[in-house]
Amino acid sequence: MPRTEQPLSTWVQSTLAIFRKDLKSELRTRYAISALIMFVITTIAIILFSLGSESAPADALSGMLWVVVFFASMSGLSRTFVTEEERGTAMTLQLMATPSAVLFGKLLFNLVLTLGLNVMTVILYSAFINGFVVRTYSIFVITIGLGSIGLAAAATIIAAIIARANTKGTLYPVLSFPILLPLLLTVINATRLSTEGAFLEEAYGEFQILVSYIVVVVAVSYLLFDYIWKD
Amino acid sequence: MTLRIVLGVWMVAVIVLGISLPMVDNPQHWYELPLIPALGERARIMFFHVPTAWLSVLAFVSSMIYGIKYLRKKNPDDDIKSASAAGLGFIFCVLATVTGALWAKFSWGTYWNWDPRQTSIFVLLLIYGAYFALRSAIDVEEKRATLAAVYSIIAAVVMPFFMFIMPRILESLHPSPILSVSKEQGSMAPNMRVLFFASLAGFTGLYYWMWNLHVRASRLEFHRSMKAGG
Repeated sequence: MPRTEQPLSTWVQSTLAIFRKDLKSELRTRYAISALIMFVITTIAIILFSLGSESAPADALSGMLWVVVFFASMSGLSRTFVTEEERGTAMTLQLMATPSAVLFGKLLFNLVLTLGLNVMTVILYSAFINGFVVRTYSIFVITIGLGSIGLAAAATIIAAIIARANTKGTLYPVLSFPILLPLLLTVINATRLSTEGAFLEEAYGEFQILVSYIVVVVAVSYLLFDYIWKD
Repeated sequence: MTLRIVLGVWMVAVIVLGISLPMVDNPQHWYELPLIPALGERARIMFFHVPTAWLSVLAFVSSMIYGIKYLRKKNPDDDIKSASAAGLGFIFCVLATVTGALWAKFSWGTYWNWDPRQTSIFVLLLIYGAYFALRSAIDVEEKRATLAAVYSIIAAVVMPFFMFIMPRILESLHPSPILSVSKEQGSMAPNMRVLFFASLAGFTGLYYWMWNLHVRASRLEFHRSMKAGG
């Protein structure tokens, strides 16, 4: 596959330009942001209603935090690519920018969205759910950070795939779940460690898995994006 | 034709021997299989369960390899081969899950307990399901073939992570007589090993035969739709 050679600075510029474009159009409509916020509030409310006055064990609560994050991100993160197809702007974007700039611009946008989503979810979750107490903040912060990057990376490449299919909405979680499962299992384990008050060293194994997951997913996205993006 | 006859005889022999050879405490003759203490007569399922599990992985890998070939050459025939492999792999994956669950019921007392092996086969089932959901959601053949290939590559790249993650969460109770290196688990008795590998070879041949048939039928279908479409 021939790639047009260009200096790194232009590549960075066009990546940032795509990121800024997406951010601007998102701030104009606030579709993804409001969908994410409403989704998180709704899910936490459902958890609160179903728990009633009882308190769930800490294990289950750290799992449920990531259930909220997974389904919320499934409702919002596909927008970046789906809107390009819906508005019919995908073709223009193909002409204006190299595939890798498009991928990394959108990845950056999704990353910002996911980080915002996760910070908000964590604040709401720990404010309203009683049994959820973080004891080792260092593990928790690193887990949220690495988890967001991994989630955004996998969600972006799957979003690029489903934007080309007919039934976009239902297909997204179906395709994402098997890909995200290693990440989810690891972050749930790390979150559990942070609520148990484990030492930072005990979570090194989880962090190693998360970092290698991120590297693998970003690399494979970079290599395969050309095939998805070009008609 | 010859392949069909050889396969038929071979599989019948393997199935009959696997079910009927006596299992005794102290095997004296070549036809007596040793009784493995913790497994007992239930060990017989390994002649059928392990080959199906092996094929569900083999089919997945070969589907991915044909996917890569498709991405390089854009030859529709590679996509037919890839999709046929995935279709068969799904059937074998269901068989492996069901036989495994049956065995688990009698050995562990429950059909499903999220043992690492069960979790990985469940994820494989999910990937197969997602693969077919994706295929059915795209009308244009070329786009469908490309995206399906890309998805199977991503899934195959992510799968190995389970090998590192699952042992951290739960220790497996699943017996591992072939790949085992530890002394206390020991290895299979020679006659059992022969029968086991005969079954593995028979099932793999069966897979190849079915896959070949499916590819040829799909090719005819493909050409007919090309003619009908103009």
